[in-house]
Amino acid sequence: MSYIKKPVARHPSLQTNKLGLTVRDYEGSMSTLCAGCGHDSITAAIVRAFHELDTPQHMVAKLSGIGCSSKTPTYFLAGSHGFNSAHGRMPSIASGANAANRELVYIGISGDGDSLSIGLGQMAHAIRRNVNMLYVIENNGVYGLTKGQFSASADLGSKSKKGDANAQPPIDPVMLALTIGATFVARSFSGDKAQLVPLLKAGLKHDGFALIDVISPCVTFNDHEGSTKSYVYTRKHQLPIVETDYVPPAEEIAVDYEEGTTTRVTLHDGSVVVLHKLAKDYDPTDRKAVVSYLQDRHASGVVPTGLLFLDEGGVEMHAAAKTVKTPLARIPFEELCPGNAALQALQKAYR
Amino acid sequence: MSGVNDFAIKLANVNGTGSASANGLIMQAIFRMGIPVSGKNLFPSNIQGLPTWYEIRVNKDGHTARTSEYDLMVAMNAETYDRDIQEVVSGGYVLYDATWPLAASRKRDDVTFLGVPFAKICNENFTEARARTLMKNIVYAGTLAALLGMDMAVIQEMLAEKFGKKPALMESNKKAIELGHAYAVEHFECPLAFRLAKMSATKDSILIDGNTATALGCVYAGATVGAWYPITPSTSVFDAFKALCEKFRTDKATGEKRYCILQAEDELAAIGMVIGAAWNGARAFTSTSGPGISLMNELIGLAYYAEIPTVIVDVERVGPSTGMPTRTQQGDIMLCAYASHGDTKHVVLFPANPAECFYLIVNAFDLAERLQTPVFMLSDLDIGMNDWVVPRLQWDDAYKADRGRVVTKEELLAMPKFRRYSPEDEQGVAARSLPGVHEKGACFTRGSGHNKLGHYTETPSEYQEVMERLTRKHDAAKKLVPAPVVEKRPGATFGVVTVGGCDLAVREALEGLAEKGLAADYLRVRAFPFGDEVSAFLASHDRIFVVEQNRDAQLRSLLVLETTVPKDKLRSVLAWGGFPMQASFVAESIAAQMEVRAS
Repeated sequence: MSYIKKPVARHPSLQTNKLGLTVRDYEGSMSTLCAGCGHDSITAAIVRAFHELDTPQHMVAKLSGIGCSSKTPTYFLAGSHGFNSAHGRMPSIASGANAANRELVYIGISGDGDSLSIGLGQMAHAIRRNVNMLYVIENNGVYGLTKGQFSASADLGSKSKKGDANAQPPIDPVMLALTIGATFVARSFSGDKAQLVPLLKAGLKHDGFALIDVISPCVTFNDHEGSTKSYVYTRKHQLPIVETDYVPPAEEIAVDYEEGTTTRVTLHDGSVVVLHKLAKDYDPTDRKAVVSYLQDRHASGVVPTGLLFLDEGGVEMHAAAKTVKTPLARIPFEELCPGNAALQALQKAYR
Repeated sequence: MSGVNDFAIKLANVNGTGSASANGLIMQAIFRMGIPVSGKNLFPSNIQGLPTWYEIRVNKDGHTARTSEYDLMVAMNAETYDRDIQEVVSGGYVLYDATWPLAASRKRDDVTFLGVPFAKICNENFTEARARTLMKNIVYAGTLAALLGMDMAVIQEMLAEKFGKKPALMESNKKAIELGHAYAVEHFECPLAFRLAKMSATKDSILIDGNTATALGCVYAGATVGAWYPITPSTSVFDAFKALCEKFRTDKATGEKRYCILQAEDELAAIGMVIGAAWNGARAFTSTSGPGISLMNELIGLAYYAEIPTVIVDVERVGPSTGMPTRTQQGDIMLCAYASHGDTKHVVLFPANPAECFYLIVNAFDLAERLQTPVFMLSDLDIGMNDWVVPRLQWDDAYKADRGRVVTKEELLAMPKFRRYSPEDEQGVAARSLPGVHEKGACFTRGSGHNKLGHYTETPSEYQEVMERLTRKHDAAKKLVPAPVVEKRPGATFGVVTVGGCDLAVREALEGLAEKGLAADYLRVRAFPFGDEVSAFLASHDRIFVVEQNRDAQLRSLLVLETTVPKDKLRSVLAWGGFPMQASFVAESIAAQMEVRAS
């Protein structure tokens, strides 16, 4: 993490939104993630998305599970209620929160361990339930806080810091979401603000469950074997007590490429991900065609990014349940309790 | 001894043949005749084919705990004839289907066998195969009506209520009842010596199961969000909650619902949903049984530590593991009292019957919000799934829900800065803010270490400060929870402590013991943590029996751990095989131990 505190002063040229707030007003406390972490780029994009949407912060609930990604809700929207829950359980807590108050905007931040291993069931069922929320997976293929184990999104054959090759195929949240009826499915890259900010805004506005899988490189544990900043190198050159703590500083990886083009991005571990930004004429509304397109691209080693699938005709949880428009949490007790006369009348049936 | 309005019958049936409705009809008719009665369904974890039993106990003095002294066995399952016949008391009766002869080897000399050709009667009078099977149950109900001197007008009235809108069904049921009744009147001396005679002991009572009463309490407490995963024996809590919400909470014109029921993917999610909804300001609850509580342990700790009001109903069944899902036990007392890892202690309420389910679940919501913590209500299969005769439920329209300390927008605007976990009140509770009210109330809820300002911490003193406050909250609960029920007896020489559904059996046993000169004071625990009255009772008796339904004497353990009572003072009386507690067992166990002490 960086120990330099953010200055409180705002630059006079910062633009204000309809609420008279600058983008800085949507920030949270200082990040404690490693310098250069992709997650911090996503945080910055979230801050911008909410600012641009003119969202009043008290109308946002930000929830997360456990893991590096799940720490990030503290780093944005200081004026919103946050809930850093338990590992893999954010979807159920968000579902319940949404059940109680349908007026708030819900953003859930999760990671690949949180969503694809321990919380796979809960995420899948939140998708099925079509809970109205934006669900962001900050996907780095690795367990950071427990120091570098493979996650369920790690690619076949990729190597851990200990040199083990991953022998299990990955779970792709995008393909999973498509097959269980998700109505908004997107993928992006943490360093691609130009693409990510509009996607986040679209996801927040979507009436139903919006999934954005964001590839977010881990600077620390997906490291490169030959690198002097690798764990192998560090172990040889640092005192043992420092060894597990030493995190080499790195730069965040940013990309900027045109729609309909492909770009090669070298990650911190030296591996390369090939991103393809969907062209303007891509049709995200045909689920079958989208699945087929993604499978073809996957076979050729390319990761398409952008809004992959969209169905605006989905029925979100409350609409399906025919819940009243007033948030349930705000209905006064007096209107909920039927009273003694009704109780006495009811009990005629219990004779 | 058995006599008028004092006897027990057992009905041996095959699961899935429609006997449940006939048995319920008999029990309900007795209730409507104004006589105290209980019905216990001893059913298998099975949909169709396995043996199932139903027990009815009639007792004019209100002693309706389970008894296994059966005066009459209705033996409708050839597969279980042998053991069913053996269970009848000497001098009792066996009613069986005489369409097929009963082997002489099965007969007992000290029991009267009443054969009625039920199958033959049905085959002659009904054409459909389905009706022939179903109506057998109604025919034996008619026979029982004659044998027991049941009021036929009451039965006709019930059939009219049930089938009033279905004339064909009404006709066949009426015919079946009359066929059974006529056969008995013609062939046997009706009624038997033990029989029914109208009383007026139940006119201010209702017949209700604990799960329905619990759901009703949730509606009256203003619960709007419920999340659950199907599990025996708690499923009917949500069946009833849904039905009641459809009645009371659905706008007739628009169809809009002022409730949200979430059938979760598992209990991990069910409790998460409750926590999320409660965090957001709704009264929310879940209902489950032991295996569900095991799964919920993780997030119960989160609710405890993050201080989120959570109401959890545990309708206990027999454990460990899957155990016996359709049998009753009080095996989750310790599990719930200390649920989740780390230092946790929870408020637990123990209803003894369906009426208390209704009242205590309302307490549970108030306590959960007042103390901002999980509150359990421990019912069990016997209370939850069987129909009980209880006093008609009353609701105090002056009741105000205790929503606990929640800051309003105005309060937020008036304060310099909102802090989630300070300042605390005399009960150790700090005000909470709800999402969606005002930015000044924004705070971060987390299950990770936090200090009294709500900030993340790994500093021992800051962590301990918050944890110590949680202990103060738990201590404060002692004065807020429902007081125990205490019944003192003149000349009592010892005490008896019990919990939940053991109530009736223990009180009946104590009456019998008192008649034999063994007078005891009675205390029924209704909540954990234990208040002063429990401690005082334990202190004022030298010998105390603790009656409960589990192997490991969990209530006794909790009393030893959480009060200053010397361990040796507490003796256990334990019945934990899966059937409800019997008075005879309690009386014999206590008498035996008292005699050992006397000698």
